[in-house]
Amino acid sequence: MYSDKVMDHFQNPRNVGEIEDASGVGTVGNAKCGDIMRIYLEIDDEGIIRDVKFKTFGCGAAVATSSMATELVKGKSIREAMLVTNKAVMEALDGLPPVKVHCSLLAEEAIHAALWDYAEKNGIVIEGLERPRSDISEHEEEAAY
Amino acid sequence: MIYLDNAATTKTAPEVVEAMLPFFSEYYGNASSIYTLGAASKKALNQARRTLADCLGAKPEEIYFTAGGSEADNWALKAAAEAYKEKGRHIITTRIEHHAVLHTCEYLEKQGYEVTYVGVDENGIVNLEELEAAIRPDTILLSVMYANNEVGTLQPIREIGEMTRQRGILFHTDAVQAFGQLPIQVDELHIDMLSASAHKVNGPKGVGCLYIRSGLKLRSFIHGGAQERSRRAGTENIPAIVGFGKAAERAMRIMPEKIRKETELRDYLIQQIYGKVPYCRLNGDPHRRLPGNVNFSFAFIEGESLLIMLDMKGICASSGSACTSGALDPSHVLLAMGLSHELSHGSLRLTLSEENTREEMDMAAEAIGEIVGKLRAMSPLYEDFVKSEKECAPENNTGERQPESGPGLCAQFMTDGKG
Repeated sequence: MYSDKVMDHFQNPRNVGEIEDASGVGTVGNAKCGDIMRIYLEIDDEGIIRDVKFKTFGCGAAVATSSMATELVKGKSIREAMLVTNKAVMEALDGLPPVKVHCSLLAEEAIHAALWDYAEKNGIVIEGLERPRSDISEHEEEAAY
Repeated sequence: MIYLDNAATTKTAPEVVEAMLPFFSEYYGNASSIYTLGAASKKALNQARRTLADCLGAKPEEIYFTAGGSEADNWALKAAAEAYKEKGRHIITTRIEHHAVLHTCEYLEKQGYEVTYVGVDENGIVNLEELEAAIRPDTILLSVMYANNEVGTLQPIREIGEMTRQRGILFHTDAVQAFGQLPIQVDELHIDMLSASAHKVNGPKGVGCLYIRSGLKLRSFIHGGAQERSRRAGTENIPAIVGFGKAAERAMRIMPEKIRKETELRDYLIQQIYGKVPYCRLNGDPHRRLPGNVNFSFAFIEGESLLIMLDMKGICASSGSACTSGALDPSHVLLAMGLSHELSHGSLRLTLSEENTREEMDMAAEAIGEIVGKLRAMSPLYEDFVKSEKECAPENNTGERQPESGPGLCAQFMTDGKG
């Protein structure tokens, strides 16, 4: 079902963990659909992503896309990180089954949510960055029925 | 490999394969033919029909072979709805049925029938009072599964049979998971129609049967030749039917020992999992369940990840997670039992056979504990839970906290809002 790259990133996920006092943290998805991703970014004064960690609740594809997304933004500038789209994540993983494409969208959103948090904390505007569409807090009431 | 997915399908028993083989090579005649070769097929067909009838305490002419359980369910519901539409157009079923019943009911709703989907309690047992209250003057059919395929819960079939008999309503039961696993007598239980499948009891795939109580005037399901008393046309799949007969005979022969062994292994596995995995919940009734069914939800993790990692360790199982079915929502059964989406996504079904061993149960529990731990280490939900626990109880903050597990803690866990 999954490509070798997806299986590799699922079995040996890169950058799992947390960053204390992270520059930006973003959590997207909800338990209802079965995928929640959280991304931590450590961004230096030059605007370079020095470190990135993730935690994911979800299927094999969700874990693999999170892992690949963190690899793609690590060491990059914010502007470069903004170019990491779901398509780029999917291509880097040699594709995903059609039902799993939403996982790659979630990975892109998680990066954006973490960048949004960073921008808000620092009172800056990142060109092209929109407020994250889905946030776990918006779904909490729905999930805890 | 450790195969723990016997509710999905079973290994065809060697004696079943052996019984089938001559009907591919030697006795390949059409059972409708007049010459001796055809008669051999006819004889085998009749023999299998008699075996199936004996298993259910039915008459041979009440057994109709189909291409499986789903066909039997489709036939029972559609034909009964059509046959009794003058009396009424109301059908009652439950929210935890197999999709072969649920989707057929949805189809019938589009054809102008009304369907009431009765709920279940937290263990997945249908609510009898709700069932009785749903009965209306225009109710023609009640369909309740014998045992649930996901959580293994056994339904109060005897009580439902008595109720439908008194009220003059047809009673169909999807017994695909229970047939050959537990003794079923259709007369004692007042069952009018029953669906069964061969491949769940070490028989071949692609064959099943529908029991139809004599006297019920149901239309034919497939029109054509005069096979199956003109109710299900098409040249009979003799090798498969012979295999079904053999599998049923074998199932009846080994049933007491199989029940004893599987029940023992099941309860052992449940205890092993409780002992190895904190924050888990046994889904389904602890006692009123199929001998070989174990179903757990593990908080903070998702089922498909668990299945892939188990597969890498050579363990075959299944999950109610949405990702494993290609659907958006997780198991409709677990949701109907009141589980949260999160716990439904984090479910694992292990279904045993009489060939499994205690060592395999140990290895499976060990693997599950290790994998769940690994997945929780990367779960944002677990991270939040651990943080909230620390905030609630700062005195517990010394060192690594290993939470205990067991039904008590699970119950507490289930009600603390996280579930």
